[in-house]
Amino acid sequence: MAERKLFKGNEAVAEAAVRAGCRFFFGYPITPQNEIPEYMSRRLPEVGGVFLQAESEIAAINMVYGAAGAGGRVMTSSSSPGISLKQEGISYIAGAELPCLIVNMVRGGPGLGGIQAAQSDYFQAVKGGGHGDYHCIVYTPSSVQEMVDLTMQAFDVAERYRMPVMILGDAVLGQMMEPVVLPDPRPTDAASAGWATTGARDGRAPRLINSIYLKPDELFQHNLKLQARFEQAKAAEVRYEAVNTDDADVVLVAYGTTSRVCRSAMDRARAAGVRVGLVRPITVSPFPYQAIADVARTARALLTVEMSLGQMVEDVRLAVCGAAPVHFYGTTGGIVPTASAIAEEARKIAMAEVGK
Amino acid sequence: MVEELIIAGFGGQGVMLMGQLLSYAGMREAKNVSWMPSYGPEMRGGTANCSVVISTDSIGSPIVTEPMTLIVMNRPSLDRFEQAVRPGGLLIHNSSLIDREPERTDIRIIAVPAVEMAREVGSDRVANMCVLGAYLAATGVVAYESVAECLKEVLPERRHDLIPLNLKALARGASMVKP
Repeated sequence: MAERKLFKGNEAVAEAAVRAGCRFFFGYPITPQNEIPEYMSRRLPEVGGVFLQAESEIAAINMVYGAAGAGGRVMTSSSSPGISLKQEGISYIAGAELPCLIVNMVRGGPGLGGIQAAQSDYFQAVKGGGHGDYHCIVYTPSSVQEMVDLTMQAFDVAERYRMPVMILGDAVLGQMMEPVVLPDPRPTDAASAGWATTGARDGRAPRLINSIYLKPDELFQHNLKLQARFEQAKAAEVRYEAVNTDDADVVLVAYGTTSRVCRSAMDRARAAGVRVGLVRPITVSPFPYQAIADVARTARALLTVEMSLGQMVEDVRLAVCGAAPVHFYGTTGGIVPTASAIAEEARKIAMAEVGK
Repeated sequence: MVEELIIAGFGGQGVMLMGQLLSYAGMREAKNVSWMPSYGPEMRGGTANCSVVISTDSIGSPIVTEPMTLIVMNRPSLDRFEQAVRPGGLLIHNSSLIDREPERTDIRIIAVPAVEMAREVGSDRVANMCVLGAYLAATGVVAYESVAECLKEVLPERRHDLIPLNLKALARGASMVKP
């Protein structure tokens, strides 16, 4: 077995990004993700990269825009209020068809909120956030190892579809330590990016990085192109994990840290004779609608669990489309739901459904 | 095998380090481990705690709310977490600093006069290691040797001269507990 190392989630994301060939980081500090810029400020100079602490989140995301336009593998990271500030830039990057990685270690909101873990930025991450018809690909890791693996993959996927990719973590995932196996570093050739504005001295056609299309028919065609590319992502990039769903009366749906607690809740419920399963989206954009629709055909009910007051549950309801009751249990503001509370909720739902 | 514990105390008592040391040792023994710190504005000079899970199976929630073992280094931590310990669980407390007896009668309780013990072996700075030694002897969740090996990884290089003192403290704590 490859060597396992104990890593904090935030530092694991940073190291994985470097190994994936990321050479540019622009950010502005905010708890609970400060270990990412801290690590990058030390690590990127070792590999000839650039770390820059910008004067604001808005400046940082526009530096990401610039570096991506020049063909660099680039990322930024922040937490909820900081991600809100970046939304204009994310929309521009999406409009200009540029790849980058944005990491959001979510904390409780709205406003300045708190600094403990939450999942209340789901709508923002999945339904746009910035203006215009665009989508990001959004990964929701649930362990430090998965943060490594998805970060490695995120840069490739961002370049394949030429759109921003987001890692939607939370404060628990950022702060916790777990053993990880780190993949070998991958070489990347930034200059080979087909969109990069690297100078047309060799006589090639000039390239333009742009998101303005003043003629409506051109902007319409541009939007159709963006949508078509997201349709390709929908067909190829949906990822999820299903556990114990075959015989389950109640299927839990949860992502990130909450899915870890749900796994414990599932084990408790099963030990008490309640047949509980779990579907864990690993991408929430594109969302695993089909997987959840399939589960809804066999389960008596679904229970969506989130550290919010009900955001992903809307996508679960869209997927289920009335085929089974969809219940919701959520905590927010920095409170992580407990396994015992979720198991009890699942037991009550199972009792009510079996009694029907 | 699964162990879920909370280690709590004042910032500066080394509770985060105790948790990390156990995590490194568990990983060294090819077990699954997770370590989750409390964090926030209260950390400096206030209370600090961490959740540690060590398991031969995959780990569900990394956040421990009903610990099988509770290690408390100060009175506010005992007050906060005592009732959360699972029936039949284990409570280890630093009796040098805690001026009340635990109330629970349905769990195993070990009082470690950690500060006095640490002074005996050379410095009250290793009180946390005396308590950790007692924990290792009481549970055997990870081997003493694994923890000893991992001191090198957890302590920064400039502190490696303190490893012998830490080992003495671990052994002193372990010596007062029958498994």
